Amino acid sequence: MIHFVILLSRQGKVRLTKWYSPYSQKERTKVIRELSGLILTRGPKLCNFVEWKGYKVVYRRYASLYFCMCIDADDNELEILEIIHHFVEILDRYFGSVCELDLIFNFHKAYYILDEILIAGEFQEPSKKTVARLIAAQDSLVETAQEQASSISNMIGQATK
Amino acid sequence: MALLGMRGLSVFISDVRNCQNKEQERLRIDKELGNIRTRFKNEKGLTPNEKKKYVWKMLYIYMLGYDVDFGHMEALSLISAPKYPEKQVGYIVTSCLLNESHEFLRMVINTVRNDIIGRNETFQCLALTMVGNIGGKEFAESLAPDVQRLLISSSCRPLVRKKAALCLLRLYRKNPDVVNIDGWSDRMSQLLDERDLGVLTSVMSLFVALVSNNNEAYWNCLPKCAKILERLARNQDIPQEYTYYGIPSPWLQVKTMKALQYFPTVEDPNTRRALFEVLQRILMGTDVVKNVNKNNASHAVLFEALALVMHLDAEKEMMSQCVALLGKFIAVREPNIRYLGLENMTRMLLITDVQDLIKRHQAQIVTSLKDPDISIRRRALDLLYGMCDVTNAKDIVEELLQYLSTADFVMREELALKAAILAEKFAPDLSWYVDVILQLIDKAGDFVSDDIWYRVVQFVTNNEDLQPYAAAKAREYLDKPALHETMVKVSAYILGEYSHLLARRPGCNPKEIFTIINEKLPTVSKPTVAILLSTYAKILMHTEPSDPELQEQIWAIFRKYESYIDVEIQQRAVEYFVLSRKGAALADVLAEMPKFPERQSALLKKAEDAEVDTAEQSAIKLRSQQQTSNALVVTDQQPVNGPLPINQLGLVRIPSQKMEASSHNQGLTKENGAVSKVDPEPAPSADFLGDLLGPLAIEGPPAATVSAEQNMISGLEATPNAADALALATVGDQSNSVQPIVNIAERFHALCLKDSGVLYEDPYMQIGIKSEWRAHHGHLVLFLGNKNTSPLLSVRAVILPPTHLKVELSLVPETIPPRAQVQCPLEVVNLRASRDIAVLDFSYKFGTTVVSVKLRLPAVLNKFLQPKSVSAEEFFPQWKSLSGPPLKLQEVVRVVKPMSLPEMTNLFTSLHLGVIPGLDTNSNNLVSCTGFYSESTRAMLCLIRVETDPSDRTQLRITIASGDPTLTFELKEFIKEHLINIPTPTPAPAPSPALAAAALQPQSPITRAGYTDPGVMLAGLL
Repeated sequence: MIHFVILLSRQGKVRLTKWYSPYSQKERTKVIRELSGLILTRGPKLCNFVEWKGYKVVYRRYASLYFCMCIDADDNELEILEIIHHFVEILDRYFGSVCELDLIFNFHKAYYILDEILIAGEFQEPSKKTVARLIAAQDSLVETAQEQASSISNMIGQATK
Repeated sequence: MALLGMRGLSVFISDVRNCQNKEQERLRIDKELGNIRTRFKNEKGLTPNEKKKYVWKMLYIYMLGYDVDFGHMEALSLISAPKYPEKQVGYIVTSCLLNESHEFLRMVINTVRNDIIGRNETFQCLALTMVGNIGGKEFAESLAPDVQRLLISSSCRPLVRKKAALCLLRLYRKNPDVVNIDGWSDRMSQLLDERDLGVLTSVMSLFVALVSNNNEAYWNCLPKCAKILERLARNQDIPQEYTYYGIPSPWLQVKTMKALQYFPTVEDPNTRRALFEVLQRILMGTDVVKNVNKNNASHAVLFEALALVMHLDAEKEMMSQCVALLGKFIAVREPNIRYLGLENMTRMLLITDVQDLIKRHQAQIVTSLKDPDISIRRRALDLLYGMCDVTNAKDIVEELLQYLSTADFVMREELALKAAILAEKFAPDLSWYVDVILQLIDKAGDFVSDDIWYRVVQFVTNNEDLQPYAAAKAREYLDKPALHETMVKVSAYILGEYSHLLARRPGCNPKEIFTIINEKLPTVSKPTVAILLSTYAKILMHTEPSDPELQEQIWAIFRKYESYIDVEIQQRAVEYFVLSRKGAALADVLAEMPKFPERQSALLKKAEDAEVDTAEQSAIKLRSQQQTSNALVVTDQQPVNGPLPINQLGLVRIPSQKMEASSHNQGLTKENGAVSKVDPEPAPSADFLGDLLGPLAIEGPPAATVSAEQNMISGLEATPNAADALALATVGDQSNSVQPIVNIAERFHALCLKDSGVLYEDPYMQIGIKSEWRAHHGHLVLFLGNKNTSPLLSVRAVILPPTHLKVELSLVPETIPPRAQVQCPLEVVNLRASRDIAVLDFSYKFGTTVVSVKLRLPAVLNKFLQPKSVSAEEFFPQWKSLSGPPLKLQEVVRVVKPMSLPEMTNLFTSLHLGVIPGLDTNSNNLVSCTGFYSESTRAMLCLIRVETDPSDRTQLRITIASGDPTLTFELKEFIKEHLINIPTPTPAPAPSPALAAAALQPQSPITRAGYTDPGVMLAGLL
């Protein structure tokens, strides 16, 4: 299973974290520190796997961002590597050629999308189309609610004038 | 669109981004946290939208690594909001901020449950996702039935059901009792029929977890998994959106194969055949392509298929194919594939007998030790460690030693430990072992744990032949200008005990030894000082005639340390000083250390424990635990004469033992230098404490004090007694219990197909075999290895050859020295064709245990075959000219083990029956041609044709032709033996030697008449 997902910038800034195994806040900070030391220092053209405390961390770099997932030693590494890519493709489709800034200002969107791809540290949905459809449905739910709210507050505003 | 109504959040994020330094950022964050805190305080004034905004800000701050210790309640409260936008934020932020043990979570269980059982599907999704991500035990207990209901409900849409499956998986991990096995195996079986691949992917993850805990309960699901895999691999009816770079959901394929690896075997021949066909397709049909993602995905499937083949292919037919594939991978440019190739080779070693195949790639693996990527270097090290055996230990250990000087610091300790273990396990001779360990300490002293040098001391103490050599080596190292402290310890210890053996060599008189050791004294730490003091006392004792000048020097040091701050050193100094003035008594007290009892090496034990640990969760590795480790196993029993109260042995003796042990010894209680109490029976433990205490109990002969002292005085003489006592203890403990620790029948069969490997192994010895075959001559070498630190006696080996073989065994030495390996060449000449088998009658004595076994020798018919490739023009005239019995025989064979043609081709190739593709126009047939060599027939061409029936793989027709009727008959029967489905021998308890011997008698030629019936033949073989 995937124990956690971390998105790191090249400078070591955290862009997203998701923990599927219980880690206390202290442990989380420590893990991030250790892994950034381990991964950000790796040169290009090396393999995408790092062994760490009996686990493996599968990572992949996209421009300035590192996507890292920690798995058990006997999990299939390449499968995870392609889950990362699948996630990135979905982000890309959603934001339209995604960049680090998109993920900074819309970090909550990245969480929504991740929740449609992974649950309990396991892969949930291999179809990009299905994920895109579900996210779009959520967005429209939020928008409708928002519009209703604003029209109601307008009405209240009008009434109390 | 994204940040609708949340401008504040964007502003805050860009503020933080614009901070010039950490300090500014901290200030901005603190300001914001203060702001959020005040806003949350008077919650009434907050609109839902504002609340959402602040909760997001909290998450953002938390993500940046700042402590957020408030506001959790606000996030939780959003979960119970009536509208979707708030609920969504509540659920997501909660599952990011809190972990499963947070007590606040308990408060929302009810709300969450209402969302799960409610009618609103979007709420269901949110709730299932949060519980799936952070649900703990309490959630498991209160929500599992509801989640199960959603999963199997026919009215729920896939988007809910796939989340329910993974949510249930989480709850099952937290508390396995939530899934009631009785009903679930049928449910699971139905769920595996799911057509929606999203749901099926999630269900498969759940299934892997269930089946990993209890494969028996889900037996009914096995054919379903095979079907799913077939459907995917053949790309049948897979919607476009579920293919990934043209590959039908690689994830689902991988998961399905993972699940299949939890079943011990696939019994149903149809399922098995279908499965193997799919696997074969994957193994052969995966090509390297340019697109990275496609490559990764197809190789993810390929590597999982390899793992499944390793698990299921009990007959090992596809193994050589797998190794060849991995051999290719470890040399490719793509680092991921290199890494995985090495990793899978290591896994393969754990479960199957492919050592020899893998050894062919040794050079490439050694190169990987120098790979720029540390991940790959680690894999290479692991693999070299796993593949090391007596034949390549020297090369591998030397590579590791060489690598040690340049290796990364993070790897050095592991590297040193592994090199030490390999040197111990496979040392061809003990002096090499000593060399390796000393080099190890010299090159990487910081990374050599104490266990390593304790072990070398133990070996030197137990082997008299080794002592002068070790002492000379230790002396050499002392000449080096900069010496690691561990080297000082081990050299001082060894020279203290054995430097007198070097007395005549230049630079080795007591005074010189003392001087060179004493140079180190000022720079070493306290534990080393203690060892040096003991060494000085020993040197003093060994100086004959005494040298007053040296004595004065050493006394001066003792006196200096009499008031030393460390109590251990102080005590040693006082005692040694007093003792050394007692003249003759000194010799008694400081006599040479007795031998250590035989026990398992602490190092090996450590290594084995580690192996078991990592193997624990792995499906593939489950089997490896059942295989007995070939690590050094030595007796580790309680000494029989242990209960002798040690304090009877007198006051003078005890300190001598203590001197050696005391730096690590907590078991001895001292009062003013006199020993009052010692635990008479130290529990056997693998640590040094146990090692050092052991002799106390074992050495103490059950006689009176006087004889005990005499024993000690005669130093060297005393040790054989000790060995005897030990041997006696062994007999008492395990008479008649010497069992082979390998499956002899399996080994024999494996060696029929390959030329080297282990033929036999028990706790004391190992017999390996290496063979070369040329025409009708065979040159075999038996490697008789003693695994102990005591010799094996009365070794006897006799060959009982069948009439068709002339066998000459060279002289077998009567004794095999400790940890040595003896090679016995064996010449074989084949006189004519026969399936009878030569037997090696072998016996030896360990202590008083007599072990006797009869082993079949793998000098079988196919060893005298050489595959021939002939063209159609050559083949057909021959085939026609040999017409009808007895030169050409035909037979329909039934109960054949079902195998595909490629598998059969592999089998034939390993039997040296060269398969000629394309010669037969019918693709279901297999034609092969081989030359048979014997003294009577010389080279004789044999032609073979196998016609298979694709609709029934359990039967086939075989036709064999050769110029010799006996050969035709024997070869036909021989091939049949290999084709017929013989239930694989149960790997569990190996037969007792007597039983094995009975079963291994050469088959008498008289029974051959009955062999035409496969059933009879089967009985005969078993």
